[in-house]
Amino acid sequence: MTITRNSIEDIWGPRTPYRGQWPERSDCNVEGTPEKWVPSACVLCSNGCGVEIGVREGKIVGIRGRSDDRVNRGRLGPKGLYGWKANASPDRLTHPLIQKKGRFQEVSWDEAMDVIVRKSQEVRQQYTAGAIGFYTSGQLFLEEYYTLGVIGKAGLGTPHMDGNTRLCTATSSAALKETFGCDGQPGSYNDIDTTDALFNFGHNVAEQQTVLWMRMLDRLCGANPPKLVVVDPRPVPASLKADVHLAPKPGTNVPVMNGLLHLLIRHGWVDRSYVDAHTIGFEKLEKVVADWTPARVAQVADIPERGLREAAEILGTTPTLVSTLLQGVYQSMQATAAACQVNNLHLLRGLLGRDGCGIYQMNGQPTAQNTRECGADGDLPGFRNWDNPSHIADLARLWNVEPHIIPHWAPPTHAMQIFRYCEQGSIKFLWISGTNPAVSLPDLRRTRRILGQKDLFVVVQDAFMTETASRADVILPAAIWGEKTGCFTNVDRTVHLSRKAIEPPGEARPDLEIFLDYAERMNFRDKDDQPLIKWHTAEEAFEAWKACSRGRPCDYSGMTYERLSSRSGIQWPCNSENPDGTSHLYVDGHFPSDAEYCETYGHDFDSGAAATPERYRAHNPEGRAVIKASDYLPPFEEPDERFPLWLTTGRVVYQFHTRTKTGRVEELQAKAPEPFVEISSQDAADHGIADGERVEVRSRRGYVQMRAKITGIRPGVLFIPFHYGYWDENSHPRAANELTLVEWDPVSKQPHFKCAAVRIGKPGKSGLVPKLVKTFVRKTFG
Amino acid sequence: MNIGVYVRLAHHSETQLAEAFLQVSDHHRDEPDVEETCRLLSSWSKEKSNGIRPFIATYGEPRVNEPETLFSDLFQGPRTGGLALLRDLHDLWLLATEAMISWTVLLQASRALRDEDLEHLCTRHITQTDRQLAWLQTRTKQAAPQALVVA
Ligand code: SF4
Repeated sequence: MTITRNSIEDIWGPRTPYRGQWPERSDCNVEGTPEKWVPSACVLCSNGCGVEIGVREGKIVGIRGRSDDRVNRGRLGPKGLYGWKANASPDRLTHPLIQKKGRFQEVSWDEAMDVIVRKSQEVRQQYTAGAIGFYTSGQLFLEEYYTLGVIGKAGLGTPHMDGNTRLCTATSSAALKETFGCDGQPGSYNDIDTTDALFNFGHNVAEQQTVLWMRMLDRLCGANPPKLVVVDPRPVPASLKADVHLAPKPGTNVPVMNGLLHLLIRHGWVDRSYVDAHTIGFEKLEKVVADWTPARVAQVADIPERGLREAAEILGTTPTLVSTLLQGVYQSMQATAAACQVNNLHLLRGLLGRDGCGIYQMNGQPTAQNTRECGADGDLPGFRNWDNPSHIADLARLWNVEPHIIPHWAPPTHAMQIFRYCEQGSIKFLWISGTNPAVSLPDLRRTRRILGQKDLFVVVQDAFMTETASRADVILPAAIWGEKTGCFTNVDRTVHLSRKAIEPPGEARPDLEIFLDYAERMNFRDKDDQPLIKWHTAEEAFEAWKACSRGRPCDYSGMTYERLSSRSGIQWPCNSENPDGTSHLYVDGHFPSDAEYCETYGHDFDSGAAATPERYRAHNPEGRAVIKASDYLPPFEEPDERFPLWLTTGRVVYQFHTRTKTGRVEELQAKAPEPFVEISSQDAADHGIADGERVEVRSRRGYVQMRAKITGIRPGVLFIPFHYGYWDENSHPRAANELTLVEWDPVSKQPHFKCAAVRIGKPGKSGLVPKLVKTFVRKTFG
Repeated sequence: MNIGVYVRLAHHSETQLAEAFLQVSDHHRDEPDVEETCRLLSSWSKEKSNGIRPFIATYGEPRVNEPETLFSDLFQGPRTGGLALLRDLHDLWLLATEAMISWTVLLQASRALRDEDLEHLCTRHITQTDRQLAWLQTRTKQAAPQALVVA
């Protein structure tokens, strides 16, 4: 048994201070001696650390970080070091199940697929493919998303396909599209190795991407450390190390950013030659931020004026800068508008496209980038533009189908709207793969009601009996990481190939095989009456995807499985011009914004109205970036007398998503066994709440009961981690999303998880289990 | 001079549009984006109708009766559901177009009058009305296929 370090107690491990080349550190956790090591990458967050899976006698016995990997240089965090144990959980789904009279019965694959195919044909015939929806994940592999995308778009022809990436990275993609014309992270993780300043905006990096934080920490304690500016309403590990920490009132990200940009312009910290040559829209921004004086920002966002000025000076004068953003921006009010202001900061200063300068509109989930690239969410494959007929013609040629099969009369339907159509009964068939909306969507009472609707046929493809699976009509047992081969891409565009290490348990199958089986049974055909899906293996699917990506910003055409195996990670675009991949996008200040090439024609930040192609062409940026300004809009639901506090939700370091894996790993689960509500000492005193006491938090949608934890969080704000549902504990309501509200950003359509009005008090009558939580227990274990 | 007719018309259109957006917001609470955006767009119309008010005094206030009838024809009690949403968006679009043409007419007149204040006001209001129309167009396009073909 080899455990190189105790990552459970010492999350980030020993420091290796540096500037320049990040030193290696090999983290490893193995039980027994592996017979072989299988190359892969960690699939428990968007960092995508390179790993090798240790295998002995057909079982995973451990993991080690790859020292030659550009992302982690051998390091792994606690989730990476322990997450593999979930593969061997005794409660994996091993047989297809069909629900009959409230009980699940084991059936054969043939039987299960037959029911699914019959039902989808019936629904399609009676109501068109518009009555069929897909809700997928940020955790499948590239080859699976692409296959699913082709099935939905060219096989069935339904516009209703989205991923749970809608809840985590939709704003990242939207902000990149609005500013640069197309998705794609401009920077590279090695920017951190030399940068002079770090800006973490609403991104609790230390707990989300632990290895990325190790890299930052090593810089912070090395020679010439970078300055660090953190914006977060909670005290987070990064804020303790920060030169400036701003803790604004929820919903005021735009005012904060406008205040910073105001100061940049006023002090002349603007690279006018860069702005003139490579952007449009500066004048409008200048006008909008002119009103956001430090005094006004201080008042609206409730932060000290001095802090704002100090932050502006760091951001305004640093010669290089790395900015990272995540849910504190994406799940808050004016998400896209605020995220774009960080893009604007880099544009104004010309800090893009070179070493030390990067914007990371972070992703949350490990393969979210691929959901976006492959069109398994509200995007089209290869970052194509649904509103551009020549892009649709491109796809039609590639798939050898008539262009009109591909739904492009409106953008692909976003997740929240898909569930709304289910609620209204116009979607009658919903196929959920690798995600758990019964815990992760806002307003769970409503979500449970929708999933339980009689006229909605629900297929769930998962590895475990999740809260969602327990409401399915058919459950398909899926193989997971380590049990199948495929690629995935991290935040800095690094593509890893993850090889199959062991056989899946029982009859569980890779998602790719399930989709291919469905396509074959549905007999999807191309124009020449040949099978629409022409691939049978992951590698063939990858080759098909390469053809689809060719010539687009996310160009994979220069990669092969062989090349991906011979080194650890390649950054796209990788093509004949850049055979070794590309570390920085936009090196020459040329952006993918030309009307013919761009992924979107842009939106009105306030209403979400889409700009028409004609209008975009009239002001064609022709390769320049678009600086888009935004003024402040107050939140729709604000605390009032009945619900006087803000609720924000988020993650803890030991758990991932709805804990389907991490909750089954003893070491991780023991450290974070149950949810809690973080409250400031001032609010706790006002409500007579002691640290560790059981309390009840209530919103207009529902309530939860849990322990209070008194911290330095901003007074007036509560925090609850969203990981916890009911599969392992169902005696009382405890999922954060019982409280959250169904509303979303007008541009990215990402729900606002960070701003619900709530109240806190002593727990009411005990034993008040919501009806549907009980149903879950009965159906699953009854 | 007849400009007062259009000052009044524009004021009316926007007052009604503000009211209509609010109604649609209330009727479609189950569509969170519609509820919230209509509330926001209603506030824009309210601003526009307040903005033109001072000009009523300047240019007189002849009686106009067309727009009332248009409004009452359009909104006959609450409607809910997919098709109802489509019909309501459609009606809002008609009202917003009515407002748009009023501002366009007024803008022309303000130029001929060399009334710069009115000209700036109209230009601003045309931009806002245009943004309202753009949202209505976007949301209508999204809602139409599902409401007409699938449901
Ligand atoms: S940082 Fe993310 S990818 Fe890396 S080991 Fe931790 S969970 Fe895995």
